[in-house]
Amino acid sequence: MAAGSPIGGIPCLLIEIVKEPVGGSAGLGFSIGGGIDQDPSKNPWAPDDTGIFVTNVMPDGPAARAGLNPGDKILQANGYDLTMATHKDAIKYLTKKKEQVIRLKIFRPDILRTRGNPSM
Amino acid sequence: METESVRSGNSSYVSHRSHRSRDKHRDRKRRSRGDHNHSSSLLKADRSVTIQTPPHSTTGGGDGEDGEEVIEVQILPQDDNWGDNTTAITGTSEQTSMEDISRMAKDMEDSIGLGSIQHLGVVIATMLSFFAFLTPIAFVVLPLVLWKETLDPCNTVCHGLFISFAFKLLILLIGAWALFFRRPRVVMPRVFVFRSMIMALVFVYTLSYWLFYGVRVLDERPSNYQDIVQYAVSLVDALLFIHYLAVILIELRHLRPQFIVKVVRNTDGENRFYHVGQFSIQRAAVWLLEQYYRDFPPYNPALMHIPTRAPKQLTGFKFYDVDGNPGNASASQTRAMIAAAGRRHESIHKERYYEEQEYERRVKKRRVRFVCATEEAFTHIKRLSEERGPAVPMDPHEAAQAIFPAFARPMQKYLRVTKQQPYHTMDSILKHLAFCIVHDCTPKAFLERYLTPGPSIQNESEIHKKQKWTLVSDLPLHNSLEPGMSFALREQSFSLLVTVMRIPTIKLKEDYQDPKSNKFVLRLQSETSV
Repeated sequence: MAAGSPIGGIPCLLIEIVKEPVGGSAGLGFSIGGGIDQDPSKNPWAPDDTGIFVTNVMPDGPAARAGLNPGDKILQANGYDLTMATHKDAIKYLTKKKEQVIRLKIFRPDILRTRGNPSM
Repeated sequence: METESVRSGNSSYVSHRSHRSRDKHRDRKRRSRGDHNHSSSLLKADRSVTIQTPPHSTTGGGDGEDGEEVIEVQILPQDDNWGDNTTAITGTSEQTSMEDISRMAKDMEDSIGLGSIQHLGVVIATMLSFFAFLTPIAFVVLPLVLWKETLDPCNTVCHGLFISFAFKLLILLIGAWALFFRRPRVVMPRVFVFRSMIMALVFVYTLSYWLFYGVRVLDERPSNYQDIVQYAVSLVDALLFIHYLAVILIELRHLRPQFIVKVVRNTDGENRFYHVGQFSIQRAAVWLLEQYYRDFPPYNPALMHIPTRAPKQLTGFKFYDVDGNPGNASASQTRAMIAAAGRRHESIHKERYYEEQEYERRVKKRRVRFVCATEEAFTHIKRLSEERGPAVPMDPHEAAQAIFPAFARPMQKYLRVTKQQPYHTMDSILKHLAFCIVHDCTPKAFLERYLTPGPSIQNESEIHKKQKWTLVSDLPLHNSLEPGMSFALREQSFSLLVTVMRIPTIKLKEDYQDPKSNKFVLRLQSETSV
């Protein structure tokens, strides 16, 4: 944490993914699970966390190239808050057709050891 | 009013007198008769000692084994605590038919007139009730007979009273008949407290009314007839209320369940649980015996040991000397025997397990053969109306005899393996078969009697025997049941152990569940790929 940076808040990672829509899918190349309407006890990374988590990243997809890992918690997607979103709402925010680029704010437990600049 | 088995209804009056003489008789008889244990008299617990004499003495006694003789000596308890009621072994016997009365007459030398006292009690109770019933009628009739001239003529109110008097008497008669005129089934050892209380009440009421009547009416001879009739009506009312009290005490009080009672048969562990209301020990015993005949299968002593096909003896091991070494034979033998004994101790469990398996398989095989044979035999019989073609009409008994040989042999083998053959004679089987044929029973309905051992009451041979039970308890028999109490009901070959437990007090609370509160959420864990 750099000196002078605000205290509090969650350190997160910014990842930009360029969509490659193929056919019907949105083209981001990962799967998400979780949501406030889902059962958080099944979450293998953070039980009792009702946030949106990345469960699966397709190899050689846009998300894998952007550095997304399974187990990442998505805090924001293009400014839309996903920490208190239902599963369907999260999918809606992630798959808006008008947006070609998705900017995700990611949290992962070992965030301070990852390459890239952790930002607030 | 009560003419039910008020056996000892008035024995409370008589028992004080005869108790002492009964004891004297008892002791004399016991000393002269040695170890004869008669359970129909009031006995205290006997203590007996068995002395084994060394082989060379030749004092009397029973069988000896290897020259030893066994003498049984009974230490008769001294009579110093005859007033003590702590241990009482008393007899209850059911079914007082003519044979019972004659048998009781025989028993009278042991227990001086216990049977005759109980019969006397019934007779006295009946007479007392009749007397009490006829009293109001006498009250009304006597003035008419004795001093008719001076009586006022009977006006409307008086006639009305007559009508109510007549109807109340009729109701009393019907009530008494409905409830109390029953064939006595049960003889109880001690005074039935409630009954004697009721009879005492009746006696006191009637006596006091008669006294009043005698003094005020018969002496003074009042001319107001209406008053006399009213007086008689009040007596009938009082008798009706006593009847009500009798109904409550004798019939209703024990219907609400207060205890749960566990009855275990000590020979084969059959147990049942019953709801029991507030009873005294002897009445509870009577009630439980009635349930026993319905619920318990008959005790079959032959079923205690699983029969083995070929009993194998492992005790005799033969030792063969292979090495031909005469010197070490004994040492190796003993070691081998000890090892064999150790192995045998474990193999007892295995043997037992396999024996039981084997027995069950045999029973099942024979049962299947029996059932198949019976079903096939039943197909040979058809009703005359359903049969087309030439037919020889037979009555049911002949029909039964005609098809019986078809399954007689498998039936006999099955009954033998389940040790039931003493309960079913050929006659009873044929009778049952004829009965089933008459009522269009299927083979399964006919067989249910033999495949499952039903309640004890089904075995007729046991019913015609007199049922003699002994109630063993260390508390006086008048006591009400208390939780934790236990007593035993002994029969000749087994006894029933009874323990009393209280039903827990239930506190029931109300909780309202709004139907609108039945809402549910779906708990999912879905994964979607974007």
